[in-house]
Amino acid sequence: MRLITHNMLQCHVKGCNANNFPLELQEVVLEQEEAELNEDFLRNMLGKLEYEALVATCLKLDINDLPATLPADAAYNDEFLQILHRVILETHIKSGKMICPNCQHIYNVRDGIPNMLLAEHEV
Amino acid sequence: MRLKELEGYLQDVAVFEEPKIKLEQYPTTAHLAARMLYTAHNTYDDIENKAVGDFGCGCGILSIAAAMLGSAYNVGFDIDPDAIAIAQENCEQFEVEMDFILTDLSATPAPSNADGEGASNSRGPYEMMKGKLDTILMNPPFGTKLKGIDMVFLKKGIDLANHAVYSLHKTSTREHILKKAKEWGVECEVVAELRYNLDKSYKFHKKQSLDIAVDFLRFEKKPRPDTTSP
Repeated sequence: MRLITHNMLQCHVKGCNANNFPLELQEVVLEQEEAELNEDFLRNMLGKLEYEALVATCLKLDINDLPATLPADAAYNDEFLQILHRVILETHIKSGKMICPNCQHIYNVRDGIPNMLLAEHEV
Repeated sequence: MRLKELEGYLQDVAVFEEPKIKLEQYPTTAHLAARMLYTAHNTYDDIENKAVGDFGCGCGILSIAAAMLGSAYNVGFDIDPDAIAIAQENCEQFEVEMDFILTDLSATPAPSNADGEGASNSRGPYEMMKGKLDTILMNPPFGTKLKGIDMVFLKKGIDLANHAVYSLHKTSTREHILKKAKEWGVECEVVAELRYNLDKSYKFHKKQSLDIAVDFLRFEKKPRPDTTSP
């Protein structure tokens, strides 16, 4: 799972409705894999990313390259788009835990796949 | 890429080793996948440079086809880890970048109790994805084992998609789906009527192979009303 996907997942345990995003990453194994840069796509995603959550997640992973706030000229800032590309599309979570900041529910990531299934009583 | 060429490549996508009856795991044929994606790309421009979701992705053939036509981001949703494992191998084989989420798309919102508790958070972990996936593809279970599941998948896809949803449904359900689309406020177009050739996948199939009529449907969300004007 790449960080772009993590940026779209939230806790869905029954009754857990607030402060349930972003899921906090713990004990993660990361891997960098090169991917082709697609600037059109990145521009399209700019308005859709939860940027603040992305930066917070990255800082906890010791990824410090992203500016704290989205640059005003982000869409045409080549240097920024390069960094964004590397962070959201080339950084893979191979394994680890995602913990809900609200209810502390743990979602495991194995073989790169987040397990978002819940037991019956949690739905 | 030509249609025949795409279909040719897709013949090599591995399918379920032991399909699970209760999940209605029928592999989407290369024939169907190629036609769906070729049309989505060439007629509607819903694939190239887009974020594409794949509901009940199974072995990943629809997403692999999308990636071959230039989609920029692919994510598959499935409840079966065995299917996802095959899909991952397929992606490796085809050098396609795709993420997967192990999740249950059949879960329906629980009826809310008197004080409304439990109602708001039963829609799965992908609420945040709303409007972020440009196009959603699916060949949903047809609901022969779990009645109505096809419509649950479809409704979720339409909720999440930013723009378009492509799906396959039994032709016999067409009237019902057109009516629902109207209720949901989305355009629905029957792009083509296709034959779905199901090889004898399960013991309860009496014939060696069964041809069923399926509709290839495209749903388009209407642009949101302009909220900036008074």
